[in-house]
Amino acid sequence: MDKDDALLQYILRLGDNALVMGQRSSELVTQAPELEEELANANFALDYIGQARLFYSYAGELEGEGRSEDDFAFLRDGHEFRNLLLVEQPNGHFGDVVVRQFLFESFYAPQLEALTRCSAPRVAEIAVRAVKEIHYHLRHVSQWLVRLGDGTRESHSRVQQSLDDQWRFTGELFAGDEVDEAFEREWNGPRLAELQLRWNDKVDVALQEATLVRPAAQWMDGGGRCGRHTEHFGYLIAEMQFLQRAYPGARW
Amino acid sequence: MYTQGLDQSGAKGEQPSAVESPADLARFQSRVDAEEKIEPKDWMPEAYRKTLVRQISQHAHSEIIGMQPEGNWLTRAPTLKRKAILLAKVQDEAGHGLYLYSAGETLGTSREQMVDGLLSGKAKYSSIFNYPTLTWADVGAIGWLVDGAAIMNQIPICRCSYGPYARAMVRICKEESFHQRQGFEIMLELSRGTKEQKDMAQDAVGRWWWPSVMMFGPSDSESKHSAQSMAWKIKRFSNDELRQKFIDVTAPQAEYLGLRIPDDDLQYDAASGHYRFGKIDWQEFYDVLAGNGPCNRQRLRHRQKAHDDGAWVRAAARAHAEKHDRRSRPSQTRAAAG
Amino acid sequence: MADDNWPLYEVFIRSRSGLSHRHAGSVHAADDQMALDHARDVYTRRNEGVSIWVVKSSEIVASDPAESAAFFDPANDKIYRHPTFYDIPDGVENL
Repeated sequence: MDKDDALLQYILRLGDNALVMGQRSSELVTQAPELEEELANANFALDYIGQARLFYSYAGELEGEGRSEDDFAFLRDGHEFRNLLLVEQPNGHFGDVVVRQFLFESFYAPQLEALTRCSAPRVAEIAVRAVKEIHYHLRHVSQWLVRLGDGTRESHSRVQQSLDDQWRFTGELFAGDEVDEAFEREWNGPRLAELQLRWNDKVDVALQEATLVRPAAQWMDGGGRCGRHTEHFGYLIAEMQFLQRAYPGARW
Repeated sequence: MYTQGLDQSGAKGEQPSAVESPADLARFQSRVDAEEKIEPKDWMPEAYRKTLVRQISQHAHSEIIGMQPEGNWLTRAPTLKRKAILLAKVQDEAGHGLYLYSAGETLGTSREQMVDGLLSGKAKYSSIFNYPTLTWADVGAIGWLVDGAAIMNQIPICRCSYGPYARAMVRICKEESFHQRQGFEIMLELSRGTKEQKDMAQDAVGRWWWPSVMMFGPSDSESKHSAQSMAWKIKRFSNDELRQKFIDVTAPQAEYLGLRIPDDDLQYDAASGHYRFGKIDWQEFYDVLAGNGPCNRQRLRHRQKAHDDGAWVRAAARAHAEKHDRRSRPSQTRAAAG
Repeated sequence: MADDNWPLYEVFIRSRSGLSHRHAGSVHAADDQMALDHARDVYTRRNEGVSIWVVKSSEIVASDPAESAAFFDPANDKIYRHPTFYDIPDGVENL
C-alpha cells in the first residue's frame, strides 16, 4: 500500500465515522429528555458534520479527481463507506446513545490526540481543532454514563443493557488492517495498541464510577473498515442521500 | 429578602392578589408610560403578570414545536453545508424556547407548569407549525416567510415593558436574522435551479404564503387582549400594521425570486405606498387553532413522547445528584439520623 | 412521586477578559457540572464567553423592590460624593 493511498483511506474513514455520528445525532433532534440536552445534542451533531466536511474536503484534494465533500457523503454506496459498525447502530433510548458515544469517543479522543502529532500537516491541523470538540463531548457523555449507571435502579439496568448490547462492536476499534499499519508507519500515525490502553483506562474508570459491570470478553463484530456494514446502514444512507439521488446534478 | 427561586411563590411578602388600589395601578402605568422596565418582583397588576406568562409561554412553546417541521428535513438535507446550517437553526430554536421559558419563570411560574400547559392542550402555540413540511423547499419557505413574519413580530417586543422578556427578545432577534437569510438563500438556489426545483419552490410558496400572513392574527378589533397589551407596552404594534409591513417587504422579494404569491388581488398601490392584498380565510386559522390542522395531533404527540421517554433520564439525574449531595454532607445525615 | 424536575440555575457570563460577569439568563440542571455544560451550550454559541458562573436560583439573595426607596434613594442626594460637586479655581492643575 503506498503512502498516499494510506493517507487517503485513513482520512476517508475519519470522515465516515464523523458523518455517521453526525447523522445519528441529527435523527435525535426534538427527542431529547430535556430542552438543555437538545442544545447539547445539536452541538454534537454540528461538531461531527463539521469534522466530516473537513476530512472529506481534504480527501477530495488528495484524491485529485474533483470529488467534493458532498460527493463523498451523498454519492457513494454502502460498501464504499468505511466507518466503524459501532457508530451506525440505531439510536435506541438515551442510554443507548450515551453508551455509543462514550465507547466511540473514548477511542476517538486519544486517536485525535495522536493525530495532532502525525506528520500529515493538514490532518494534524484538523485534529487540533477536533480534539477540543471531542474532549468536551467525552466529558459530557462520561458524566451522563455515571448519572445513569449510578442513578435509579431503572436507569442502571437500562444502561447496563446498552453496554452489554454494544460491547461486541468495541473490538473493531482496535482491529487494525494494512491501512492502519501503513498510516502508522508512513505518517507517524496512532498506534492502535496504545489507543487500546488509553481506551481501557477511560472505560474502566467510568464504568467503576457508574457502578456498571464491564461485559465479558466475547465475539466481536467487524468489517466496517472494508465496507461491510450491518443492515442498518442501508437505511441510513437511503434517507440521507435521497435528494441528491432523486435530482442528480442539482445545486442546493 | 426576595430571591428568584420558585420556592418563594405564594410565600408571605408576595403581591396580595385581591387588593390592587387605583393608586398602585396608576403608579405602575406611569412607570410603563415613562418607558421604565418592569423587573421580576416589582409590583405589577395580576392581569399584567398573567398576560405576560401566557404570551411568553406561548411564544416559547412555538419555538419548541417549530423545531419539528424544520427538523423533519435534517436527516435529508441535500448537502453537508445545508445540513449544518439547518442544525444550527433548529438548535437556535431550542435556545429561543429556553430563553423564553427562563423569562417566564421570573414571573412565578415554573418550566414544568408551562410545559404541562402545552402538553395538556391548554396552552397554545403558533398555528403555523401545524402544517407539514413536505419538500426541501418547505424548509426554505419557512425560513423566508415564517421567520420573516416572526421577525416583524419580535423586533417591537425587544422594547416591551417587562425586562426579562425584552432582553430575551434582543437575544432572539440577533440570532433570528440568519434564519431568514438561510431560508431565502435556499429559495434563491431553487428558483435558479432545474425546472423540478423551481416547481418545488413554487409549490412551497403556494402552501406557506397564507398561513404566514395569518400568523399575525386577526384584526385587533377582534382581540380582547390587544388594547390592554398596548397600554402596558407588551404589544407595540397592531396585528394589521405588522401584517401590512410583512407583505410590503416580502412581495418584492418574491418578485426577485420569480415566484408567484398565490394571491390574485396582491397589487402594489403607489398612492399609499403599500401592497393591497386579498381576503384572508380566517376559518382555516380558527380551525387550526382549535386543533383541526394537518399536524396538530402529531406535533403534540411527538412532544409528549419525548417528554415521557425522558422521564427515567431526568429521574436518574436527580437521583444521582441527591446521592452525591448526601455523600458530600455526611454530618447532616448523621444529624438527621440522630 | 418524587420531584424529578431539575433545579433552576442563574447563569453569568464574562464575555471577554477584562469585563465583568453579566447575568445572561437561566438553565435547568440536575447538578452543578451539568449546569455549567448547559450554560455553555445555551449562552456561548456565538463566541460570547470566556468564563461562566452558575448559581442555583434559590441561593440568590436579592434586595426587595418594595424597599428600594429606603435602600437606594439615600445615596441619591449625597452629591458631595461626586467630583463635580467641587469647584476648583482656574490655574490649579492636577486636581
